[in-house]
Amino acid sequence: MKLLMEMFTYPFILRAFIVGILVSLCAALLGVSLVLKRYSMIGDGLSHVSFGALAIALACGWAPLQFSIPLVIVAAFFLLRIAENSRINADAAIAVTSASALAIGILVTSRTTGMTTDVDSYMFGSILAMNGDDVILSVVLSIAVLLLFILFYHKIFAITFDENFSRATGMKVGVYNSLLSVLTALTIVLGMRMMGAMLISSLIIFPALSAMRLRKSFRGVVIFAGVLSVICFCVGLAGSYLLSTPVGATVVVVNLAVFLLFSLLSRLRLFRK
Amino acid sequence: MEKELLLACRDVSLGYEGKPIWEHLDFEVRAGDYLCVVGENGSGKSTLLKSLLGLLKPLSGHIELFMPRSAVGYLPQQTRAQKDFPATVYEVVLSGFLNARKLRFYYSGAEKSAALMNMGKLGILELKNKCYRELSGGQQQRVLLSRALCAARKLLILDEPVTGLDPAAAQDLYKTLQYLNETEHMAIIMVTHDMPSALQYGSSILHAGNHHWFYGSVADFLASESGKRFGGDRT
Repeated sequence: MKLLMEMFTYPFILRAFIVGILVSLCAALLGVSLVLKRYSMIGDGLSHVSFGALAIALACGWAPLQFSIPLVIVAAFFLLRIAENSRINADAAIAVTSASALAIGILVTSRTTGMTTDVDSYMFGSILAMNGDDVILSVVLSIAVLLLFILFYHKIFAITFDENFSRATGMKVGVYNSLLSVLTALTIVLGMRMMGAMLISSLIIFPALSAMRLRKSFRGVVIFAGVLSVICFCVGLAGSYLLSTPVGATVVVVNLAVFLLFSLLSRLRLFRK
Repeated sequence: MEKELLLACRDVSLGYEGKPIWEHLDFEVRAGDYLCVVGENGSGKSTLLKSLLGLLKPLSGHIELFMPRSAVGYLPQQTRAQKDFPATVYEVVLSGFLNARKLRFYYSGAEKSAALMNMGKLGILELKNKCYRELSGGQQQRVLLSRALCAARKLLILDEPVTGLDPAAAQDLYKTLQYLNETEHMAIIMVTHDMPSALQYGSSILHAGNHHWFYGSVADFLASESGKRFGGDRT
């Protein structure tokens, strides 16, 4: 316990907590919609694009977030378009995009800086990644994501449940899909430096999946996923401090444990509300 | 007095990339009509549906809708993603009130009571807090129909409503539609594969064939060339 209290005396851990809680909340909310729309892999694709962008920014000495955010938003639009136009195989396109972005990122780093600790932290996340400016930017953007999500909650429900119906009643489905992909892109860029490019997409998928085991209303799933995601993140971060393990991997393992537990509970038909 | 005109197709050609599937299509739907759109797969039924919903522009001619687009109730085919969707029946039905009109955070009291009334009409009120994915196919279809009723003032457009339902559930749904049509005076346009039921419940038929079409009352259809094939098993 004393060790846990001591943890909060480090400013970098405090920063990690603030950003992590906001990002995991955003990721969980968006994740419910993405998982239900069968877009789970988009998060994975975007995080790899984001890795490529960060590697380029690092090589050229540009500000990492300011450079990668627009690039990842463009990629999000692109991937969503593919998912909508069923003419191309969406999962294949996402796999190709993410592998290519990763490859470009690795090429750029190997020709310039080499595999430094910076690059390693982009891949697998680092608790030290956040400086003061990043925290402010992350907080502002996460709050924007949360506000937009709350503002458009009913519309997001409608297009998630039934795009055809929404379109027929005159809703601009394309606009809301784009909104969803921009918000997802932002969340991923913000979260990936702590969680790592390889692991950030789990933050989107796991809470939604776990919440769906036990809740049966959309609102219930959204709220439960948000709460669950924040708790898992906090436990994961504390665990990573106590055990000296990488924070991203620890958070993912906590999420996995919760998911397995909830799957078991729903099998046993306990808690089913 | 003639009944109120709700929707009219005037010399409409429909198709993709300049290739027409329907040509010189003329028909109208008036208050209380029950129009069944029938025809084989690939004959352009869904193309017509898209155009009626305003999602596809006609190559030529005009489709006139004499009400706001948001006052048309639409029952789409179910998608695969919906089968395991975590949402309560009430949440799904209420979403029928959403449309392009405005941004909103909550549903009004009037909308909530209208949603409950529509659920009552279709006999799914006791399912209100049930999870959509735990319902039977017939119940799910009723939920979606209640949602369509939330939007619909005078016209319902249904896309293959009985596909995937067992015969008993299908008959139930037809009875419900008949009630809505006769008692609530809701005009219905139904795209369907189920020719016998179309002939039994519909008031008029739009039959799609290869580059020719037929529009008229059920009796006229049975007397027509394309209708004779289907009339045989009904005596």
